[in-house]
Amino acid sequence: MSELLSLVIAKYNYWLYVILMMIGLYGMIAKNNLIKKVVGMNIFQTAIILFYVSIGYKTNASIPIITTADTAHGAVVRAADYINPLTSCLMLTAIVVSVATFGYAMALAVRIYQRYQTLEEDELRMRLSKE
Amino acid sequence: MRLLAFIIVTLTGAFLLYGTTEFPDWGDPNSPASLHVSNYYIEKTYEDTHAPNFVTAVVTDYRGFDTMFETAVIFTAGIGCFLLLRDFRGKKEHYYQHIPSGVILHVKDEKKLLPIGKEFGYMDKEWVPPDLINKTVCRILIPFIQIYALYVVAHGDYSPGGGFQGGVIFGSSLILLAISYDLKTLVERVKEKLLGIFAALGVLIYAGTGALCLLMGGNFLDYGKLAPLIPGHSGHIRALGMLVVEIGVGIAVMAVMTLIYINIVSEGRHDEGL
Amino acid sequence: MENYPVLIVVAPFISGLLAGLFVWIEKRLSYPIVLTGLFISAFSAIQVLIQVIGSGPIQYKLGGWSPPIGIEYRVDLLNAMVLCLVSGVAFLNLIASYRSAEKEIGDRTGSYYAVYNLFMTGLLGVTITGDLFNLYVLIEITSLTSYAQVAMGDRDRGPLASLNYVFIGVIGASFYLLGVGYLYMYTGSLNMADVAVLIKGSQGSSTVLVAFILCILGIWIKMALFPFHVWLPNAYTYSPVIFSRVVAPLMTKVMVYVMIRLMITVFGYDYIFNTLHLSDAVVWLATIAVLAGGVMALAQKNLKKMLCYIIVSEIGYMVGGAWMGNQLGMTGSILHILNDVLMTFALFLAVGNMVYRIEKVDITDLKGLFGKMPWTMGGFVLAAFSIIGVPPTCGFFSKWYLILGALEKGAYHFAAALIISSLICAVLFFKVFEICFFESGSPGHEHSSHGSVVIEEAPVSMLIISGLVSLSLIVAGCYSGTIVNTIILPFLK
Repeated sequence: MSELLSLVIAKYNYWLYVILMMIGLYGMIAKNNLIKKVVGMNIFQTAIILFYVSIGYKTNASIPIITTADTAHGAVVRAADYINPLTSCLMLTAIVVSVATFGYAMALAVRIYQRYQTLEEDELRMRLSKE
Repeated sequence: MRLLAFIIVTLTGAFLLYGTTEFPDWGDPNSPASLHVSNYYIEKTYEDTHAPNFVTAVVTDYRGFDTMFETAVIFTAGIGCFLLLRDFRGKKEHYYQHIPSGVILHVKDEKKLLPIGKEFGYMDKEWVPPDLINKTVCRILIPFIQIYALYVVAHGDYSPGGGFQGGVIFGSSLILLAISYDLKTLVERVKEKLLGIFAALGVLIYAGTGALCLLMGGNFLDYGKLAPLIPGHSGHIRALGMLVVEIGVGIAVMAVMTLIYINIVSEGRHDEGL
Repeated sequence: MENYPVLIVVAPFISGLLAGLFVWIEKRLSYPIVLTGLFISAFSAIQVLIQVIGSGPIQYKLGGWSPPIGIEYRVDLLNAMVLCLVSGVAFLNLIASYRSAEKEIGDRTGSYYAVYNLFMTGLLGVTITGDLFNLYVLIEITSLTSYAQVAMGDRDRGPLASLNYVFIGVIGASFYLLGVGYLYMYTGSLNMADVAVLIKGSQGSSTVLVAFILCILGIWIKMALFPFHVWLPNAYTYSPVIFSRVVAPLMTKVMVYVMIRLMITVFGYDYIFNTLHLSDAVVWLATIAVLAGGVMALAQKNLKKMLCYIIVSEIGYMVGGAWMGNQLGMTGSILHILNDVLMTFALFLAVGNMVYRIEKVDITDLKGLFGKMPWTMGGFVLAAFSIIGVPPTCGFFSKWYLILGALEKGAYHFAAALIISSLICAVLFFKVFEICFFESGSPGHEHSSHGSVVIEEAPVSMLIISGLVSLSLIVAGCYSGTIVNTIILPFLK
C-alpha cells in the first residue's frame, strides 16, 4: 500500500491527467445532452495539455525566457535552469486545435437546435426515426 | 449506458496509468524528454535566433511549419462556422423603442421598417437596456485592452506572449464591445467583409513569408534568407521574421474569434444576439 | 528543382487561402485560383515521384533546420506514390465536380473551395511529413475541414452526422497525440527516423507499448476500421457530392498509409511481429471487418450508403494485409491502396453523376438508368467489376497478392473472408445492375415513351473524367506488375 502511495505521490501529475481525461471521456460517452458532450470533449483535450506540460516540467527550473541581465553579460545558458520549451510549444498548437474544434462543435449544436428544437440525444433519435 | 461508459473509462484509465509506471518522477531534470532536443533549444536558441523567449522561437521558427497549419486550423474553424451558420435572409420581426415615451413596438411586417434616429431606437428581442455603468466602463477599457493586445503581439519574442495570445485579447475586446452595447454596434463598426479578409490575410502573411524565403533561395520558412531585404539587421533577422509571422497570426486569430462569436450568438443572421 | 516537395503541400495551401480572400473581393476568381494550386501540386508530385524512382529518397528541411531540431519532409517511394494519387484525385475531382458544386452549394462555393483546398493540404501533408507532431496537426486540419464539409451537404441530417464525426474524430486524434506524448517521454524526440533509432531495443518497456497501442488505435478510429466505423457511413452519405467523391477514396486510404508508415518506419517490423505477436489478433479483427462491412452493405437501401459500407470492408483488406507480417501481404496492402483509390474514385464519380441527374439514389430510384445514362453506367460497371475482382481490372491483382500473403502465413480465415466478400460484392452490384437494366424507369411515362428512351446524361466535363478514371482501372490492372516491381518491392527492401 505504501509503495503504491509513494508511486502516486512521485507521479501525481500523471494520475491527475488520467483522472481528468477519464472525466471527459465519461461525459462524452454517458451524457445525453449534446452540449454536455461537447464540454466533455473539451475536458478530454485539456487533460492532454496537462499531460504534455507535466512532461516538460523540471524541478528548480524557471520559465523558458532568458532574462536580459544574463544575455547582456554573455552568461552561458544552462539547460537545467529552464523548463523544456518544446512541450509548451506543442501544447500551444493543441490548445488552438481544441479551441477551433470546440467553436465549430458549438456552431453545429446551434444548427441542430435550429432544425430540431432540441439537443437531447434520445429525443433527436426519436425525431429521426419518425421521419 | 452509464455502466458501460464507466467500465470503458476505467479500463482506458488503467491502461494509460500502466504506461506511466516506467516514467521518471515528475519534475525529474534527467528524464529523456528533457535531454535530447530540448537542451539544444535552451542552449542554442539565443545564438541562432536572438529571441530570448525560447517558446516563441520554437513555435515560430524551429517548428514554424506546425504553427502555420495551426493558424490554418483556426481559419478553417472560422470559415466553417461561416459556411454552416451564415444566413443572409433578414429577420421576420422587428422591435423598436419609442424613445420619448419608452413604449416598445413589435412590428411583425417584414417590409415595414421604422426610421431609426432620435425618435425610434432599434432593439433586440431579448433586450436588456445597456447599463450606463457597464457601457461607460467598457468604453474606457476597450482601447486599453487593444493596446495591451498589440503589446503582447509585438513583444512575443521577449516576454510571454505572441500572435495567438495577442489576437485572442484583441478579439475579446471586440466581443466585449458586443456584450456591453449590442451586437449591432459591433457589426456596424467592424464589417463582416473586413473580418473575412483579415482572417485569410493573416494566414497569408504567414504562408507568404515562407514563400518569400523560397523566392530568396532558401528553404520554406528559412527566415535567415530574408537578410538582404532588411539591410543592417542580419543578426536579428530570424527574430524579425518571427515578428512578421506573429503579426499575421494575431490578425487571423482576432478576425476568426470575432467571426465565430458573431455567427454563433446571432445564429448567423448578424442582427441581434447576446 | 529542390523545392518540389514543399510545393506539393504549400501550393494548394496558399491557393486555398487566396480563394478565401477573393471570396470577399471577386467571387469568380476563387475557382481558377484553387484549380491552379492543385495543378501545381499534382505537377510537383509527379516530378518528385520521377526523382525518387531515379535517385532514391528525398529529404527536405523546413526552415533550414536539420531533422531532430526542426521538421523534415522525407519522401520515399511509398510516399511519392500516395502523393501522386492524392493530388491527382483532388485535381481531377475539382474539374469533374464544378457543375455539381454549383448546384448543391450555390452561392457559397467560393468559401467552400477554400475549405476543399485546405482539406487537400492536410491529406498531402499527412502523407509527406516525417515528423510525428506535424502529422497530428495535419490530421487535425483534415478532420476539421471534413467536419465542415460534411455539414454542408444534407441540410437536415448533415450537421448531426458531422457532430458525431467530431466526437469520434477528436477521440481518435487525441489518442494519437497521447501516443506521441508517451513516445516523446521515452525518447525526447519527435522526428520519425530519430524516434525509430531511439526506441530500438526497448522490448519490454511499458511506455513504448502503450504509445504503440495508442497511436495505432487513434489511426484505426480515424480510418474507420470495423468496430470504430460508426461515424463513416452517415458522414459520407450526407455530405455534398464534391466532397464525398474525394473523401471516400482518399481519407481512409491515407490513414492506412499512416498506419503502414508507423509500422515500418517508426516502430519497425521486428517490434510488432517478433516482440508483441499481435499479428494473429489483428488479422482476425480485419477478417471480421471485411465480413461485417459486406453484410451491412447488403442491408442498405441507399446506393451511397451501400458503397460506404463496402469501403469499411475494403479497409479490412488493407489492415489485414499490412498486419500479415510477410512481404506478400504488405505488397498486396500497398497495391490495394493504389487500386482502392482508383476504384472508389470511379464508383463515386459515377454515383455523383447519378445524383446530379436524379437527386436521390435509393436503389429503387435507379430503375432504367442504363437507358438514361449509358456512359455513366458504363463507368460504374467497370468500377464495380474491379471491386468484385474480375481479372483484367486492377482490383483482381491486389486481392491476389493479399490471398497469397494470407496463404503463406496460414491465415485461411482471412483468405476465405476475401473470397466471401468478393461474392457479397458481386451479389450487391448485380442486384443494382438488374434494377438499372431490366426494370424500366419512371412508371408515369411508361406508355408515352415506349421504346424510345430519352438520354439524360450528366455534363460532359463530369463524363470525361469519370470515363478516364474507369479506363485507368484496366490500365492499372495491366501494369500492376510494373508498379509492384518499380515501387513497392524496392520500398519494402
